[in-house]
This record gives sequence, C-alpha cells and structure tokens, in this order.
Amino acid sequence: MKRPELLPGTLDMLILKTLTRSPLHGYGIAQSIKRLSDDVLTVEEGSLYPALQRLLLQGWVKAEWKITETNRRARFYTLTAAGRKQLGLEVTQFEQIITAIGRVLSEA
Amino acid sequence: MNPLAYIARKTGLLFSRDRFRSDLDEEMAFHREQVEKELIADGMVPASARTAAARQFGNPTHLRDESQRVVAFQWETVGQDLRFAFRQFRQNPGFALTAIFILAVGMGVSVAIFAFADAAVIQPLPYFAPNRLMDVAENGAMLQRSNLSREDYEDWKRLNHSFSSLDVYGGSGYLLRIPSGSEPVPAARVSDGFFRTLGVKPMLGRDFLPGEDRPGGAKLVMLTYGMWVKRFGSRTDMVGQAITLDGTAYTVVGVLPREFEFAPRANAEFFVPLLDKNQCEQRRSCHNLFGVGRLRDGVSSKAALDEMKAIAAQLEIQYPGSNKGQGAVVQPLSEIITGPMKPIMFTLLAASGLLLLIASVNVASLLLVRSESRRREIAVRGALGATPARISRQFITEALLLGVFGCIAGILVANGTITGLMSLIPKTMAGYLPFLSRVGIHWHEGMFSLCIALLASGLLAATPILRLSFLDVRDALSDGNRSVAGRFWRRMGANLVVVELCIAVILLVGAGLLSKSLYRLLHVDVGFDSAHLATVQMVAPPAGYAKPEQQVTLFREVSRRLSALPGVESVGITTDLPIQCNCNTDWIRIVGKPFHGEHNEVNERDVSPSYLPTLKAKLIRGRFFTEDDDASKGNKIIINEELAEKYFPGEDPIGKKIANDSLDPKSMREVIGVVGNVREGGLDDELWPTEYEALYQSPANFVAVAVRTQGDEKALLPSLVKAIHEVDPNLGTYGEITMEDQVNTTQSALIHRTAMWLVDGFAVIALVLAVIGLYGVVAYSVGQRTREIGVRMALGAQRSAVYSMVMRQAGWLTAAGVGIGVGCAVGAAMLGRKLLFGVAAWDVSTLAIVALVLAAASLAASFLPARRAASVNPVEALRTE
Repeated sequence: MKRPELLPGTLDMLILKTLTRSPLHGYGIAQSIKRLSDDVLTVEEGSLYPALQRLLLQGWVKAEWKITETNRRARFYTLTAAGRKQLGLEVTQFEQIITAIGRVLSEA
Repeated sequence: MNPLAYIARKTGLLFSRDRFRSDLDEEMAFHREQVEKELIADGMVPASARTAAARQFGNPTHLRDESQRVVAFQWETVGQDLRFAFRQFRQNPGFALTAIFILAVGMGVSVAIFAFADAAVIQPLPYFAPNRLMDVAENGAMLQRSNLSREDYEDWKRLNHSFSSLDVYGGSGYLLRIPSGSEPVPAARVSDGFFRTLGVKPMLGRDFLPGEDRPGGAKLVMLTYGMWVKRFGSRTDMVGQAITLDGTAYTVVGVLPREFEFAPRANAEFFVPLLDKNQCEQRRSCHNLFGVGRLRDGVSSKAALDEMKAIAAQLEIQYPGSNKGQGAVVQPLSEIITGPMKPIMFTLLAASGLLLLIASVNVASLLLVRSESRRREIAVRGALGATPARISRQFITEALLLGVFGCIAGILVANGTITGLMSLIPKTMAGYLPFLSRVGIHWHEGMFSLCIALLASGLLAATPILRLSFLDVRDALSDGNRSVAGRFWRRMGANLVVVELCIAVILLVGAGLLSKSLYRLLHVDVGFDSAHLATVQMVAPPAGYAKPEQQVTLFREVSRRLSALPGVESVGITTDLPIQCNCNTDWIRIVGKPFHGEHNEVNERDVSPSYLPTLKAKLIRGRFFTEDDDASKGNKIIINEELAEKYFPGEDPIGKKIANDSLDPKSMREVIGVVGNVREGGLDDELWPTEYEALYQSPANFVAVAVRTQGDEKALLPSLVKAIHEVDPNLGTYGEITMEDQVNTTQSALIHRTAMWLVDGFAVIALVLAVIGLYGVVAYSVGQRTREIGVRMALGAQRSAVYSMVMRQAGWLTAAGVGIGVGCAVGAAMLGRKLLFGVAAWDVSTLAIVALVLAAASLAASFLPARRAASVNPVEALRTE
C-alpha cells in the first residue's frame, strides 16, 4: 500500500507544531504526527532525523537528554522562542498557498 | 535566524563529531525499540517485529550519513578525497615519485627562468614612477640613438616644456688614490638633478644641489653603496671627507642606498657632477652624454618626442655645421634598459614553458596508464552510487595534489637552478647586469608557480576524466573486454606522445639553431689573429702625463719595457681594442670631394706604429706607421677597406687627404695605408669605416696595450701589469684579459652562449621525456595486444611480421610528431629570429639532423617492446586471461 507523502517543505512546520504543546522525543514526534493526522501522514525516520538536525542548527528547537515515563533515556526536543516565531511564519505562508491552490481548484 | 549563531553551532558540531554520532545512534536505537514494542503490542512475534522495525527503518549507516550531511561542511568530503588520494600515492609510491619528480623539473626550470625574466624585464625599474622616466638622446645618420652634446643638452633643457626635469649622465673613469698607489675606477659624470629626476635619495649625506654641476664649481662626489662598503669599510663619517681622484681632492657629499642601480652605467662606483667642460664638451659637435627626463604630468612620450624634434630642428638651423642631420629620440627609459634583454628572456621563457608542457604531458600519460588499471575501482565506486561529479572530483584532487607537490619540489629545483645559473654568469658580465641582484623567489614567482601548478593540475585531471567518461560501468566491472578501452587509450596516449615529440622537435631545433648561431658568431672574420694576444688597459694620470710629449715618451718606454719580456713578439698601443663597439667616432671630409655638411661618421682609433702589425691586420696598400710618424711630421692616417670602398670607390686612396668638416689645416691628414677590416664593433654589429691615426701624433691618457707572445698569453697577464708599474707605479691598469677571452665574453657571445646552453639543456630533457613517453605507449600497447599477437603467431605470422607491426606503429607516431614539430619549430624560430646569427629559421641541415636524431631515438625506444612482442610464446599468450 502506498501511503500519501508529505507535501515538500511541510515537515519542519509539522515538527515545530507538534512541539508547541510539550517537549517530545523523535519517536514521540513521529507518533504525534501520525495520530493527529489520523494515520494519513507518516514521517519516515530517514527524513525525521536530518530534519531535526536542521532545526537544531537553525536554533528553532533545543535538545536535551531526559528520562521517559518508562524509565528510558531519550532525547527530548523543545521549541525555542525563535522556533515559535518561525512556526507562525511558516503557517501563514502555508495557509496562503493552500488558499491559493483552493481557489485555483474551485475555479474549474 | 542568526547566521553567526548558525555557523557557531555548525562549527561546534564539527569538533564534537563523535558525540554527535553516539547521540544520534542512541536516539535512533530508542526509536527502533519503540517501533518494535508497538509492533509486538499489535500482536507480532518479537523476532519478526525486530526485522520489521529494522526494515522500516532502513540502512542505519545511510540514515546517519543523511543526518550528518545536514550538519557537515561541504569541504569535509574534500578531506576524504585527500585521504584517499594519499592512500593511492602510498600504494604506488614509484608512480607518485616519478610524476612529482618530472613535474618538479618542469616547474622548477620554468620558475627559475621566470625569476630571471621577472627581474630583468617584468619588474618596474627601481625608481619613483619609472614609467614617466624617458631616455632622451640625439640621433644621426649612422646611429639610431647617439649621445647628446653638452651644449645641445643645455639648449634642450632650457627650451623644453615636456619634462619637469631633464638631466644627463656620461661615462668616466678616474684614478683613485689608494694607499698602495692609484687604481683606475669607473665612474659617471651627472648633472646636478640626476638623482632627483630618478627619485633616488642618498642613504647618507645629501644630494647634489642645483647649480653644483656648473663649470668652476666645488669638486664633489657621491659614492655608491658598493664602493662605500668595499673601499671605505662602511664608515658613516665618510660624508664631508675628501678622496683623491686624478690627483685632485673631491669631497664626499653622500652615499647612495644599497638598492640603487643604474644599468646604463652599471659599473660606475661613484658619481661626480659635470663641472668643467672637458675637451669634448667644448665643442657642440662632440657627443658624450645621454639624457634622462621625467615627463610633466599629462605630457605623453609622443608629445615630448615631437617637442624635442622641433627643438633639434631649430638648433640645426642655428648651428648648421655641428647639428646638421642631428635629430632627437625620446623613448621610455625602460626601453634601453630592459629592451635588449627582452628577446632572450622571452625565448628562454617560451622554451622553459615548452619543457613544462612536455613534462606535464608525460605525467598525464602516466596517469592515463594508471587510470586504465583503476577502471575496476572507478566502476565499483560508480556502482555504489558515486556520481560522475564525485568521481571526477577524486581525480581533480589527485591531480591537484600532484600539482602542489610538484610545485613545492619545483620551487626547490628553481632555487637550485637560480643559484646554478648565477654561478655560471661571469663576474665581469654580472657587473653590467644589476637586475641580477633582484633575481630570487618572491611573490611574483610564487604567483607564477601557483598558476603553472594549477594549469598542470588541470591537464592532469582532464586526462583521466576524459578517458573515463567514455567508460561503461558494466563493461568495466566485467574487466574482460579490452578492445574498446585499449583502442581508446591507444588513440589518446598516442596523441599525447605526438604532442611530446612535437615539442621535443621544437626545442631540439631551437637548440640546434642557437648552437649554430654561436658557432657562426665566434667564427666571424675579425680581421686579425686573436690567438696569443694579451691585452691590458692603462691610464696615465694627468699629473705627470698632461703634455703630449710626456705621453709619447711613456708609450715608447712601455713598448720597450714590455717587448723585453720573455716570449713577447711585439707590443702595440691603441685608444680602443677591437671587438668593443662602433664608438669614439669622428666626422670626416675628403679633401677635394663635394661636401654639403653631411656627417661622415667613422670609427677613430689612435694607434702606435706596431699596433696593427701586432694584431696581424692585413696591409692591403701603402704602409703601416713608423716610429718617425710623430708630431714633428705631417699628420698621417691608415684607413680600413670599408672606408676606402665607401669614400674612395675605384680610386687609390694613398696620398689622398682627409680633414674635419671645416678643412681646418691642423686636422688635415694624409692616407698612407689601407688595412683589411679589423672588427672594431661587436661580433654581430655591422662593419664600420675606420680610420687609424698615429698615436704619437695625437696621444691620450686612456689607452689599451696589446701584446703578441709566442707562449701562453694568459700567463703573461700578471707580468704585463707588473712591467707597466715598473715603468711608473702611478700608472693605473685594469681589465687585463686575453683577446680570445675577450672575444668569448663579448656581450653578444655571452647572450648567445647563455641562450644556447639553456635551450640545449631543455632540449636534452625534452628528448629524454619524449622518448620515454613513446616507449611507454608502445610498450603498453604491446602488453595489451599480447593475446592478439599470440593469435597471429598461432596462425602463422612470422616474428619479423610482428616486429614490423610494432615498429610501424612507432614509426607513424614518430613521423607525425616530427612532421608537425618541424612545422612548429620553423614558426617558433621565426618568432625568435632576433637571437639567430648567420643562420636561417628554416636551416635545412639543422632540421634534418633533428629529425634524424629523433627518429633514431624513437626507433631505439620502440625496439625493446617490439622484441618483447616478437618473442611472445603463442601458447602462453593464448592462455592468459
């Protein structure tokens, strides 16, 4: 079965969004996106971790090692102030594009 | 986003790469476990859950690389390429060392030659704004650029508006008093603003002040740094002290800086202001100075030339006698200093460039052979996902590495070459080439080395990349099908060899032509016997030898004393020895012939009675001078054949009279003899009409003594000097040299010899490299065709047929290389014909010899592989692979 792929460029935005509520580890982020999208969106590990590195470098998220509820060491990612600002920016842009695409589609 | 923080984080990660990896590994392991748990919770068996999770996750190494690529810098892969390249070289050190050695020789020689060319013609002259400095001189009927007369200079200086300053210099020599007697020292006389015009300030003391060069002024002297160190032990209190020149005290006003050089008077040890007009300077028609002017802002050299020509024309009207036909030349000062060096420098630079090219091509063909054996490696990398760009980058890295190592080793070679070449330049010659002190590895040379290293690397990188871009991965991996690659390599390798042979031909032809030029130059008919002739310059101090009678007595005594030396056959005295220059000229008028004020310029030499017989000059008509031809008799002269033909065509000149242009009775002299042309000018200068006056009728203070001996003339030199000092210790002597050495070290001979030795050397290296290259191609192709040869022999081919097959291939390559090379060589020789003497650019015998030499060398080089091919055992050959 072929699952629908993420729109290009939206992964960063989705990760940032999932982190708005609470810090999460990599697996948690993937799960959260999957759950919130009703299993429509699946984040490949192959793209999740490079994306996280990118966000870290940009300073939009911070990472620290913590202990999970199941008593395991995991790396938790937290949204930074810069990240929150970036998220707002990306959401606005994304909505503009979606609206525009919607308009084009409804025209037909 | 803050770019600084971004870079800081990225850099931080660079130094904690291990931590980054372990974090990532742990993080992903955790992720995988969670997925696994999830699958088990969904009801999967633990073992298959693990496999499924791993499958879903993919290749962990690849994943880690993906993440790492995000945080890594681009250049980190360059490091990988470098490490790999090093490993390649270590695996095959023979190849790497050979390649670096060949490159180092090519680059080293080029850089060394460039260093000389840089100092001689590329670097600006060491003066303030040197491109505004002009050489200002007169020109006449025979001389394109001739000296200025002092009176003309004074008028030019007064009348011109083109130059912010116009100054003059002239050669001179003085007897310097030293504790042990006196020594003649070369010097220069300059006008007061000379150093200001150049923009040179004394290191100690002061410059000459305006007006200090006027007749009757105080006697002052400016020392060069070299003289100050050599003769006065760098004493800082020299300024204000007096030194004795020609018996008169001169006050030292300053010392010039160490870097100061003035090539037109390079041997001058000190400078004195013009001051009193000497005998020559009292006449407007006597030219003994050269001008150097600084252009006013906004004035072009063309405008200055036009103005000076106009001034000269005005003076011509004003002084029709002395100035008829005297024009003006204005050209950049650099033109007369660096201009003469340009042909030889550019020729040598071109030759070294060709050598570098042949070296690079040679290494390129080595790389080509190697790329053949690396086909499999490249194919494997390609199959594993390396893009063509990434593989090309590997070759570029390897080529650059070779280039850089070659360059570093090359600079060492260059340093050695420079030292070697410097030691080959005779000291007497070096004194006239002040630029030699600036030759060295400076930033110009650094940039040049970098450029040629990059160019060579480009060639080295392009060869295997071009070669491999034709490669089919599957083909290469199978490694069985050799025919495609083999044919391609043969073609490309063969093309490279043709290039090498072609360059070798150009260099060999150049070497041949230059050698022949030197031979022709040294065998020019000089009109006298240069063997067993010793010469020395002698200066009679004005104090004691001011009067003509005193001078004549001195010359007679010196001749008598030297004739008594053992082995001496005869002794002659002259004002100028032969093979010097067409200079010290006189304007003559033939009595009884129509005359319109034209300047009939001839060389003038004043000689003792036995001088011409001592040279063994050929007497054609009349007689030589005798001891009786002295001041008590009417003036006599002997003329050379050239003068006789030019001014007495079809007549017997004996008994005819020659005078100066105004027919002054005192200047009237009778022709008593005609001698064969003794070459007074340089070996490659044209023959000039020359008159020989009787030294005893017009004596001088500066003379040269020529002594013919039966024995070793070199051994005689010290006793000559000793005998002259026995006549009078106050006599100055210098420049003792045998005539043969003199001929061999004339400037033209030296330039030709230097060019010849260097180009000969380059040609030999080129020949060796080209032959090795040819051997490589033929040997390689024989190796590739072993199987084919085996098949041929199994089918009945004779060994002789195999021989001829291989030799034919080599023959074609040689023919192509030599054919194209000969064409290029003639073209190159035409470009460099300024350096050729008595030989045409298309000299058939040289071209034929070069073609023969290369053909023979090529056949020898291909004989070995041909023999190997012919001795192939068909059974074994078919069994290989």
